[in-house]
Amino acid sequence: MTDTQVIQPSTAETSIELLSVQQALNRALADELAADPRVLIFGEDVGTLGGVFRVTDGLQARFGKERVFDTPLAEAGILGTAVGLAIAGFKPVPEVQFDGFSYPAFDQIVSQVARYRYRSRGRMTMPITLRVPSYGGIRAPELHGESTETFWAHVAGLKVVSPSNAHDAYHLLRAAIQDPDPVIFMEPKSRYWQKSEVDVANSGGTSGAKIVRPGKHLTIISWGAMLGRAVQAAEAAAEDGVEIEVVDLRWLSPIDTQTIVESVGRTRRAVVVHEAARTAGLGAEVSARITEHCFDTLRAPVERVTGYDVPTPSGPLEDEQIPSVHRILLGVQKVLEYRRG
Amino acid sequence: MSEPTRDQERDLYRKMAKARALDIELVRWQRQGIIPAFPPSLGQEAAQVGMAAAIDQTRDFAFPMYREMGVALALDVDMLGYLGNHNGNWNGGSHDPMRHRFTPIQSVVGSNSPHAVGWALGQKLDGLDGVAVAFVGDGGSSQGDTHEAMNFAGVWNLPVVFFVTNNQWAISVPLSEQVAGGSIAARAAGYGFPGVEVDGNDVLAVRQAGLDAMARARRGEGPTLIEAKTYRRGPHATSDDPGRYRTLEEERRDGGEDPITRYRSSALERGVIDEAFLAEVDAEIVPWLEDIRTHLINLPPRDGSEIFENVYAELTSDLVEQRAAWSEGAQA
Repeated sequence: MTDTQVIQPSTAETSIELLSVQQALNRALADELAADPRVLIFGEDVGTLGGVFRVTDGLQARFGKERVFDTPLAEAGILGTAVGLAIAGFKPVPEVQFDGFSYPAFDQIVSQVARYRYRSRGRMTMPITLRVPSYGGIRAPELHGESTETFWAHVAGLKVVSPSNAHDAYHLLRAAIQDPDPVIFMEPKSRYWQKSEVDVANSGGTSGAKIVRPGKHLTIISWGAMLGRAVQAAEAAAEDGVEIEVVDLRWLSPIDTQTIVESVGRTRRAVVVHEAARTAGLGAEVSARITEHCFDTLRAPVERVTGYDVPTPSGPLEDEQIPSVHRILLGVQKVLEYRRG
Repeated sequence: MSEPTRDQERDLYRKMAKARALDIELVRWQRQGIIPAFPPSLGQEAAQVGMAAAIDQTRDFAFPMYREMGVALALDVDMLGYLGNHNGNWNGGSHDPMRHRFTPIQSVVGSNSPHAVGWALGQKLDGLDGVAVAFVGDGGSSQGDTHEAMNFAGVWNLPVVFFVTNNQWAISVPLSEQVAGGSIAARAAGYGFPGVEVDGNDVLAVRQAGLDAMARARRGEGPTLIEAKTYRRGPHATSDDPGRYRTLEEERRDGGEDPITRYRSSALERGVIDEAFLAEVDAEIVPWLEDIRTHLINLPPRDGSEIFENVYAELTSDLVEQRAAWSEGAQA
């Protein structure tokens, strides 16, 4: 969980392609289906339709209805089916169509998927990857724009990962499917159509967090769809001579404490950015870890720029909830201007 | 019909008698402080042993909830391991679920139903002929998971048998306040597969219904719901007080004839068993119970560090840290 490589500008290699996050995820699923005959993909509308976001587009045609199939509309049933398939030796990759639809499956995820290895003392394992199109930003209806990471990160036995770009989308999804433990894979749906370079042949490491922009004055820790805004905020701050280091947390459980602590140890200031509601959001955990490890070097309290403690609002109102570049910069400013009282 | 042989009938009786004896002992052992709690199966022995007799452990898989001690016993599940759930040794029991084809037991009723469906789907995909058996109760029949599982099984025509033990009570709530329409079996029609009602106190009838449903599933003809009607003659669990919701008169009236007494009379009358066999079973039970009791009492305490094992395939760095902290705290 500790590779902390700084991503260098890509050198021209044949394995590099320009892909959207959606294309990268589709490629990862296809490559896993091809690589491992025990991998199965199922969920609502993932077969014939190819998923409402087309992430599974073409997979049923290529791999057949026994490998990629539609289920009835019932999320607990989907996750419960995944448990049974795992017991039967398959590697299920179910999808719940939207973040808010994971709630009907909550019992199966936290009481069954997460615990089966423990309950059976390692004799029954759950190599399940649950894909969840996540977060807001696309003006979707109610319960189609939830940030659910805190629920899963709190549950022993689950791992949680969320890519912020196409390269990581490809490699982290493949890593999640290959992982022997259950992984909640949170896809940043507002980034699905964002294209960036994907080096299919070289992951650059799939474990732990990643420093995506080096800096020396302050560290922003973020993930998923918010990572892009964190980088934008860093770019804006750079114009004023403030060099912000941006850490893409990637794995939300387990958390790569070492990378965070090393970065903040150098910059001595930290801001955590997430869309999820503030109270008991994952930012609180990140903040606590920084405080525990960097108390003596911190120049200011860790700042959290997050969603408010309100239900995800509708339509344009979601812009009030989701941190903007401006709000991130206000948080940065607050930390930079902090003076001990 | 597949008539049981004399040996098979004797086996049914032996297992029911052992399940009854152990059930009664477990309640005593709870009172003696040997185990913290137990949900008795008293009166459900015919349903449990009858259905277990239809399961072929070389290819089938059982998905129990928590009141299936008689099924576990009849399937030769390591009882000390199974009872691990009830004596606090390990949640779900510490028997080997893959070897015994009997999953860890479930506290949330109904949640096991879709697991049976997933496993059955795996059989179909692998071209195997195993059948999954989901154990549900009248209470569990109300759970959404059970509905979802039955619908999935129907849509996909899977080799699953939903064995619903209708013992008339879900802790304190009677069937009339649990099941709309009065029949759980009737619900199967809505899922497009047969629902069979069987006298759950008639071990031979349950066995036959089970064999029929398993054979049907194995032929690729899909799921069956069996509703075995019986009666929970004891409390929900050792911590329960049925006197708060039903009277002794009601219990006597509604419980009907004891399924074991009933089978014993019938088997004696038909000459399948005799007094010598009954004496042999009784003699077998006494040391068997004593052996389980001795082992339960003498189970070594688990090492506290075990709480960190099997959370993940490998300890996470957080858990490495927490285990070190535990170690420090444990020594203090």
